[in-house]
Amino acid sequence: MAELNVNIGKLQLKNPVMTASGTFGYGLEYTDFMDINRLGGIFVKGTTAEHREGNAYPRMAETPAGMLNAVGLQNKGAQYFADHIYPEIKAYDTHMIVNVSGSTIESYIECAEIIAQLDQIPAIELNISCPNVKEGGMAFGVTCQGAGDVVRAVRKVFPKTLIVKLSPNVTDITEIARTVEAEGADAVSLINTMLGMAIDVEKRRPVLSTITGGLSGPCVKPIAVRMVWQTYNAVKIPIIGMGGIANWKDAVEFMLAGSTAIQIGTYNFIDPAVSIKVIDGINEYCDRHGFKSVAELTGAMMQ
Amino acid sequence: MDMKVTENLRLHQNYCLLKLAPEETLPEMLPGQFVEVKVDNATTFLRRPISINYIDRSKNELWLLIQIVGDGTLSMSMLQIGNIVNIILPLGNSFTIPEAHTKQELLLIGGGVGTAPMLYLGDHLKQLGFTPSFLLGARSEKDVLQIADFEALGQVYITTEDGSLGEKGYVTQHTILNKKRFDRIYTCGPKPMMMAVAKVAREAAIDCEVSLENTMACGIGACLCCVEKTTDGHICVCTEGPVFNINKLTWQN
Repeated sequence: MAELNVNIGKLQLKNPVMTASGTFGYGLEYTDFMDINRLGGIFVKGTTAEHREGNAYPRMAETPAGMLNAVGLQNKGAQYFADHIYPEIKAYDTHMIVNVSGSTIESYIECAEIIAQLDQIPAIELNISCPNVKEGGMAFGVTCQGAGDVVRAVRKVFPKTLIVKLSPNVTDITEIARTVEAEGADAVSLINTMLGMAIDVEKRRPVLSTITGGLSGPCVKPIAVRMVWQTYNAVKIPIIGMGGIANWKDAVEFMLAGSTAIQIGTYNFIDPAVSIKVIDGINEYCDRHGFKSVAELTGAMMQ
Repeated sequence: MDMKVTENLRLHQNYCLLKLAPEETLPEMLPGQFVEVKVDNATTFLRRPISINYIDRSKNELWLLIQIVGDGTLSMSMLQIGNIVNIILPLGNSFTIPEAHTKQELLLIGGGVGTAPMLYLGDHLKQLGFTPSFLLGARSEKDVLQIADFEALGQVYITTEDGSLGEKGYVTQHTILNKKRFDRIYTCGPKPMMMAVAKVAREAAIDCEVSLENTMACGIGACLCCVEKTTDGHICVCTEGPVFNINKLTWQN
């Protein structure tokens, strides 16, 4: 049995396996399938200051080894979360981390301030990388200026652990990572979805109502691993790696590339209990390879 | 849960009836609910949502009626007796069942593979003492499935687009709709058909529930991909549906 604890900023995780925002609801959706208390953390659904209806249906297209989505941050708003959802989830013995998004810097601040009041929410994941909203979202995450401005503003109002979720839809992800590190981010998480598109050739129409959407699943994994490795060589803050993790082997790959912890996303839809299998698999891997602590895996790729 | 294939009948070229049994006893499942089937092939990523066609309690069997439309359903049609399939069940809400003593006239309208949930619903209603009527629509005679099973439960009316069986035309053109007064309609099938049925029901002030088939990813309300626009805004078909009263929908007709 290896030591599975890892630290992300001030946050101590019981193990490095967490579930990704938008793929795990508020955790409650999965309690029939697993003991969610075993997770290192749960990143709950993207939350904005205001209620959002999201994009029109259709919002999803299956792809080889993955899917496109265009949900568009449907949620009932940060105050609704605080009043109605937070009381339902706060007692779980895992870290509930809120993914915070916005259309303007002011709306990011407003959302972060509401979440900062909630004692049992130890961290937020600042989403500057959602590809499915017309305003804000990824627009902030694809330039150093935009990313720096929003992280600086939120850092001032959010004293707890601040994780910034990066977009892969950039020329050089390390520039953005360095910028958010310099503005005070405690950690970065990557990658959000890759911008993609699908066409129904019989109808000669786009499959998604928004035409383009975010690609996720095992098909993006090699790109994500590459970006984690590049980012690991560029910043000192911890990296939470994600992108197509479907089993313990994928998770270990992300850690060897430089991740301190990982998130499982789309594969929760295929196997709702996959994250438990990943925790057990990482532990067995550590034992088999003589690692006393899972933290030793971070960046342990040999060249 | 893991379930073993006990039978896989090819009903005709494009349809098969898959029967599956788990080792443990099947949980309670209500008419209108669905399951998510994991498909093991190289090209199918997501699970496939399939409505419950029938539950044979005596054999602890789940029946799934499958129309072969792509690689996922093609793989399911090729499953052999003894193969193990991973299935999440039961999912979604269910059709509203009237009070048993009310003696309502109930019409169950299915189009194409949308007839699937009507068999389990009809069986459930018959056991409660109702005499359900069925109106089944298809392209032609060979596409009308499980007729004998439906006839064992109640009166069956049929329309085919080419007139090869029953009345020629769409379900909403069947003469029974003018001859007999129904208190409630349940329907499942292609969206244009359900919208036409909803229009007929609304104009005749008949209570009507539809079962939607929006494309899904998770099936448990986590991903928010399968939403339908309703009087309460966007809500998940997988958890708040798949059955909706037409008054809750925003269909324009």
